Amino acid sequence: MSNKIIRLENLHKSYVMGKNSLHVLKGIDMNIEEGEMVAIMGSSGSGKSTLLNILGILDNYDEGAYYLNDILIRKMSEKKAAQFRNKYIGFIFQSFNLISFKTALENVALPLYYQNVNRKKRNAIALEYLDRMGLKEWAHHLPSEMSGGQKQRIAIARALISKPKIILADEPTGALDTQTSYEVMDILHEVNESGITVIIVTHETDIADRTQRIIRLRDGLIESGESVNTGAETSAVAG
Amino acid sequence: MIDYFEEIISTLKQNKLRAIMTGFSVSWGIFMLIILLGSGKGLEHGMEYNFSNTVKNSIWVYSGKTSESYDGLKAGRRIQFTNEDYDMLKQKLSGIDNISGRLYLFDELMVTYKNEYGKYNVTCVMPEFGKIKIMDFNKGRFLNYYDTKYFRKVAVVSEPIVDVLMKGVDKPVGKYIKLGGIPFKIVGVFTDPEDKKSKDIYIPLSTGQRVFNGGNKIRNLAISTEATTVAGNKKIENQLRNLLARKHRFSVDDKKAIYVNNTLEHFKQAQGAFAGINGFIWVIGVMTIIAGIVGVSNIMIILVKERTKEIGIRKAIGASPGSVVRLILSESILITSIAGFTGLLLGMGVLFIVDKIVSKAIENGADQMNYIFNHPSADFNIAITATLVLILAGLIAGYVPAKRAAAIKPIEALHDE
Repeated sequence: MSNKIIRLENLHKSYVMGKNSLHVLKGIDMNIEEGEMVAIMGSSGSGKSTLLNILGILDNYDEGAYYLNDILIRKMSEKKAAQFRNKYIGFIFQSFNLISFKTALENVALPLYYQNVNRKKRNAIALEYLDRMGLKEWAHHLPSEMSGGQKQRIAIARALISKPKIILADEPTGALDTQTSYEVMDILHEVNESGITVIIVTHETDIADRTQRIIRLRDGLIESGESVNTGAETSAVAG
Repeated sequence: MIDYFEEIISTLKQNKLRAIMTGFSVSWGIFMLIILLGSGKGLEHGMEYNFSNTVKNSIWVYSGKTSESYDGLKAGRRIQFTNEDYDMLKQKLSGIDNISGRLYLFDELMVTYKNEYGKYNVTCVMPEFGKIKIMDFNKGRFLNYYDTKYFRKVAVVSEPIVDVLMKGVDKPVGKYIKLGGIPFKIVGVFTDPEDKKSKDIYIPLSTGQRVFNGGNKIRNLAISTEATTVAGNKKIENQLRNLLARKHRFSVDDKKAIYVNNTLEHFKQAQGAFAGINGFIWVIGVMTIIAGIVGVSNIMIILVKERTKEIGIRKAIGASPGSVVRLILSESILITSIAGFTGLLLGMGVLFIVDKIVSKAIENGADQMNYIFNHPSADFNIAITATLVLILAGLIAGYVPAKRAAAIKPIEALHDE
């Protein structure tokens, strides 16, 4: 059991809007093993974003259970949730979500600021991560001076710097052209190979095919969860 | 801690114009408060100067004419004080420090020194008078007990008279001047802090009564009291009225038989008025600052809205709500503090310059300035209070926006449009 980094049991989530209640997740059972690379797919309205928010402890759920690294995540205080996010989860977003008035280096170092790592040390670490992304020379540039691919690589560096257990990527290639998309996916593969679980929400089949497993959501339920890709490369070609 | 400030300052640096614009309203508020309070102090000093010529708790009694018939006597009778009144009051009136009778020599007296002469007021007083009216003695002394007892022909003369009559005389004390043809020895030279140009001569009352046919008459009485409250002084005033009314057979309620000038009463009244003005100034100042606070608060709220995404990102990567509150509050406090201190220094600077100009004007002979406005200053206490007000202002200004920032949900903030 201990190698299951994420465990969802009969997860329910509804949004209440006035008198209407919208039942978004209708009992999700899902296991993700440590070190897996998983894609979550589904049309809009299928509940994939909601699921990602719950996995990222950005949102609460109503019923069921969510275990992250064998710890039950339920009705946490915001402070506790922030600590968990900082410790276990790295986020990558479609729109990069870099802080516009901070340099690349400062953006990457920010999670360590919230871990109370002193400035000198965290900047050194951040530079190391930027170097790994091949962006060392861009350390003191602002995000606005960089291309989409570069921005996403900075975002990945930022997600990695706190040494998380899982990376949650919400449409990481949504704003990028195909060539850059594949470059980013390559980086995520490398990340995955270093032992970090990677979960990607996407609606692009060719991106999903580059993962080991695709979880398809439809109307708040898992339609086909366990379909395992045997060869990511071949699927990509087929897609 | 240093790291924490660096984080805030780096954010502010990126938004210099915004920070300056935000701070301006607070700067202005504090500037106005300092100017207002300083001016209030200046006016107050002017008022205090008005009272500096007499001891603050003194009572002056002047005789008048009765206005109503009483005890079988007609109205319109002139009341005349004599030495007996002085002796009686000195014995019977309780709670007094000093009492002095005073006799004016009617018409100005010809005063001569060698070939120089002039006409001046000569007033006959008792030694205690020196403790009731404030005089600055540059040379010599005031009249003393023995001058009175032995009817000495001695005089104290104000500096301006010496300047006119005894030009070039090295040591005026010990020289003789003639008052109405009778030589008096000068024992002291003084200036009147109330009016540096006043030309006055004081001689012992006993001598004056004997030499200038005053008999035992006293024109008026000056009393300094031990009382420090208006009520205390008033009580003494009432006792005094009773004693004099009984002796001179006039109604106690007859306000025209004697006039009583109670300086403590005036002083306290003026003080009360100034307390009122000061309170008013504070209210205006604080209102101005509140306007500043609202301004800062407003801008901070807009700011938080603008920075929703940034705050969302911070929260997603591990910022606790507390740290977000601290971030916004610290920014607000930093802006208000720096802006406020700028205002504080500017205000102090302006007051300093005004003080210099006023002092210069007074030195150059604009004496009347002393009574209106002098030494405008904001003292240390005001500076401290203003500082506390500033920090509090920053807290208040930041509170609402900080709460809003902390309530931002990362999901909504990061939602892609």
